[in-house]
Amino acid sequence: MFIINCPFCGERDQSEFSAGGEAHIIRPKQPTELSDDEWADFLFMRKNIKGVQFERWNHAHGCRKWFNVIRDTSNDKIHAVYKMGEKPPTK
Amino acid sequence: MKNNYSIFSLIKNSLSYHEDWQQAWRDPEPKKEYDAVIVGGGGHGLATAFYLAKKHNMKNIAVVEKGWIGGGNTGRNTTIIRSNYLWDASAGLYDHALKIWENLSQELNYNVMFSQRGVMNLAHNLQDVRDLKRRTHANRLNGIDAVWLSTNEVKKFCPIINTSPDIRYPVLGGTLQRRAGTARHDAVAWGYARGADAMGVDIIQNCEVKGIKRNGDHVEGLETTKGFIKTKKIGVVAAGHSSVIANMAGIKLPLESKPLQALVSEPVKPIIDTVVMSNAVHAYVSQSDKGELVIGAGTDAYVSYTQKGSHDIVEGTLKAILELYPIFSRMKMLRQWGGIVDICPDASPIISKTNIKGLYFNCGWGTGGFKATPGSGDLFAHTIANDEPHALNAAFNLNRFVSGDLVDEHGAAAVAH
Repeated sequence: MFIINCPFCGERDQSEFSAGGEAHIIRPKQPTELSDDEWADFLFMRKNIKGVQFERWNHAHGCRKWFNVIRDTSNDKIHAVYKMGEKPPTK
Repeated sequence: MKNNYSIFSLIKNSLSYHEDWQQAWRDPEPKKEYDAVIVGGGGHGLATAFYLAKKHNMKNIAVVEKGWIGGGNTGRNTTIIRSNYLWDASAGLYDHALKIWENLSQELNYNVMFSQRGVMNLAHNLQDVRDLKRRTHANRLNGIDAVWLSTNEVKKFCPIINTSPDIRYPVLGGTLQRRAGTARHDAVAWGYARGADAMGVDIIQNCEVKGIKRNGDHVEGLETTKGFIKTKKIGVVAAGHSSVIANMAGIKLPLESKPLQALVSEPVKPIIDTVVMSNAVHAYVSQSDKGELVIGAGTDAYVSYTQKGSHDIVEGTLKAILELYPIFSRMKMLRQWGGIVDICPDASPIISKTNIKGLYFNCGWGTGGFKATPGSGDLFAHTIANDEPHALNAAFNLNRFVSGDLVDEHGAAAVAH
């Protein structure tokens, strides 16, 4: 239970958003070249970090836009919010 | 040597005002080296140690626990035990556990209060009816007791359910597994701990794992807050924190850790003598021996290690409960808590070797691990002792995410995971 600062709509309750999991998992450029291990890594394996994690969120009950969030999963504190395609802030 | 608990020990100790009961387990300091170390002193970890000692004669072993035993999800669940899973592999796994539950109090000489009060799963739409009937047939083909109940039979079995056709999600029927039920969660941890300790297993509490020492492709030991422990075999049973341990060993798991909530009401007189679960509206309820309603809510949809959970999840569950059981409308809720559950993409567990020799994982139980505690411990002990899985947990290997041979119990397992 926390507040997310949507880059398009501003601060809203977390229940308005849906979580899209780990961010910056790069979609394979040549899927046909991938080995089974690489597919497993892309599809299923997750860092599942206890601590600061980069993740994707969607403002499902608002503007319906996707964006990135840096959140500490050990206390649900949000460190930064940035748009899709942007580089994560360094600090 | 441990004294047996019996009516005679109870009488004998009453003469000394119950002040001289033998300590149930020791509080040892870790030795320098063990034949195997289990990481995680919850029900599954303690059961693993118990069966390693009992069935595989591995007695120079330890369980390391960062908090106190049974203080994690073992003490934070709704204690439902059932085996009515759809797929053959799951049916084999969970019914293996259920069969051990049926004799567990005797085996441990510890009353785990296993109560086969039945578990009823409700259907609220036509697809539910088809799915639940299909599961009933699949269960019976696997030798698991299951019956389909009509709406009237549901009402007869649990009269307080609102079976009126004009509620938002009307009850169109349900399934019943009579052998299913509940047990006392703390007693399971304590019983296994006492049993394992009696066979020489060191249970080391307040001992957090800080690192896993690897030499190439095999493990050499554990860095802990109580120093380095040398061992050739490490069995990780760390539930929501499995990925944290995996990261220490340099491997990734297909898990996401999320808070799962449950809550209990103020205690009332006996009103519901079974367990009722509903997948479609995600609400399940039973009544503890103390009289509290034990209510299970859903998981939060995002990764979090905070043992809290969101208010809107509880609100959604209670709305569903109130529609199904209008009689509870004036009940007060007493406590709410969250546990961190490790969820696999296919909602089935992992009881498996890894690419690193001597490193084993028992994880991914998600929202439904308690029911499997004895079976999970038994099969994981077999996997560690023989360095090979038992036939019953062979399908639950880590490699299934590479081969694609998933055991997809999402939705099929009678509740949403």
